[in-house]
Amino acid sequence: MSVLEFTALVWIGAMAAGLLGSLTGLGGGVVLVPLLTLLFKVDIRYAIGASLVSVISTSSGAAAAYVKEGFSNIRIGMFLEIATTLGAIAGAFLATKVSASSIAVIFGVTLLYSAFLSRRPRTKQEREVPPDPLATRLRMNGSFPDAGGMRSYNVQNVPTGFSLMFGAGALSGLLGIGSGAVKVLAMDQAMRIPFKVSTTTSNFMIGVTAAASAGIYLNRGYIDPGLAMPVMLGVLIGSLLGARILVEAETKWLRLLFSLVIALLGAEMVYKGLTGRI
Amino acid sequence: MHLGQSWTDQRMEETIGNLLRAGVLLSASVVLAGGVIFLIRHGHSPADYRVFRGEPTDLKTLRGICSSAFKLSGRGIIQLGLLLLIATPVARVAFSVWGFAAEHDRMYVVFTLIVLAILLLSLAGFAGPG
Repeated sequence: MSVLEFTALVWIGAMAAGLLGSLTGLGGGVVLVPLLTLLFKVDIRYAIGASLVSVISTSSGAAAAYVKEGFSNIRIGMFLEIATTLGAIAGAFLATKVSASSIAVIFGVTLLYSAFLSRRPRTKQEREVPPDPLATRLRMNGSFPDAGGMRSYNVQNVPTGFSLMFGAGALSGLLGIGSGAVKVLAMDQAMRIPFKVSTTTSNFMIGVTAAASAGIYLNRGYIDPGLAMPVMLGVLIGSLLGARILVEAETKWLRLLFSLVIALLGAEMVYKGLTGRI
Repeated sequence: MHLGQSWTDQRMEETIGNLLRAGVLLSASVVLAGGVIFLIRHGHSPADYRVFRGEPTDLKTLRGICSSAFKLSGRGIIQLGLLLLIATPVARVAFSVWGFAAEHDRMYVVFTLIVLAILLLSLAGFAGPG
């Protein structure tokens, strides 16, 4: 395959990954690394570098679109970014100690676990909870536009969410992904933040988390311009398209798509990692 | 008080969102320009990313990237565009410090400064020796 053909195919794949990543709040990276390693046979370290860059473009490119809809909560995002950026640096240093096969297995397990957790049903009661004193002091409670006007929500379990966010950051730094899956879980499941607020705030946070480890990756030579170029441009266009669809899409449909895609990719990554093919 | 705060939040977020989009469009244009040069020169070479070799020094340090971009190397220009992209979330955090200060929200000024410090420290590792 020539560089021109390779670039065109990766560009199309990245556009699909960006669309999917934006729709689900995963960021493009979580779909891209499996796509590049499994389909295009790219070395996982190059895939991680290109993915990290795409993660930033997804997050920054779609931010303006989300913000206008009033879903994301900047205070929740900023507070939790303390945990994700520290985690990202820890993860990026850890990545030097771990083999490519192990990274593939950790990647796959992360995806499978996220898919499992996101399919756990929530009851209506869990949504209507009294204010939590710590969340109130941190001014995290807010509201967002819903079918019947503005709906307010009370944030819960701030310390649990903060710890999970450190883990999300470490995975991001280790795997070169935005780890939007874990971020959405921390906010949606642990902190009881409504799904659309979780995904959009997560999308906002992903870029900052990725930037914390991006310098370390660039310096390590994991970011190849020939690969990162079609990946970044493709993901950017895909994610901008995805941001337009999100506002009208059904949360239920989104969650199903979210868990199906990550479960499939997770299983494939674990299998290829364990059989030494990555 | 509450209404005023959420209104300022919304305006601040919109400004930040537009700033980010401008940064991304700028970096995408630079990456695209570099990509065109790269493809014109190397489009017909065989693609090989199966084996990891790591990038040469002029594509992984700040000084190396700037000097190779200045020589109009396609790969150098792409890396410069990627550096601009990495700078967008950092700019977003820096801008939020100002935004929270304008709202007299000291607690969140401190939180945001902590995030900014962590980001700059990790990027300083990049700008340093290597």
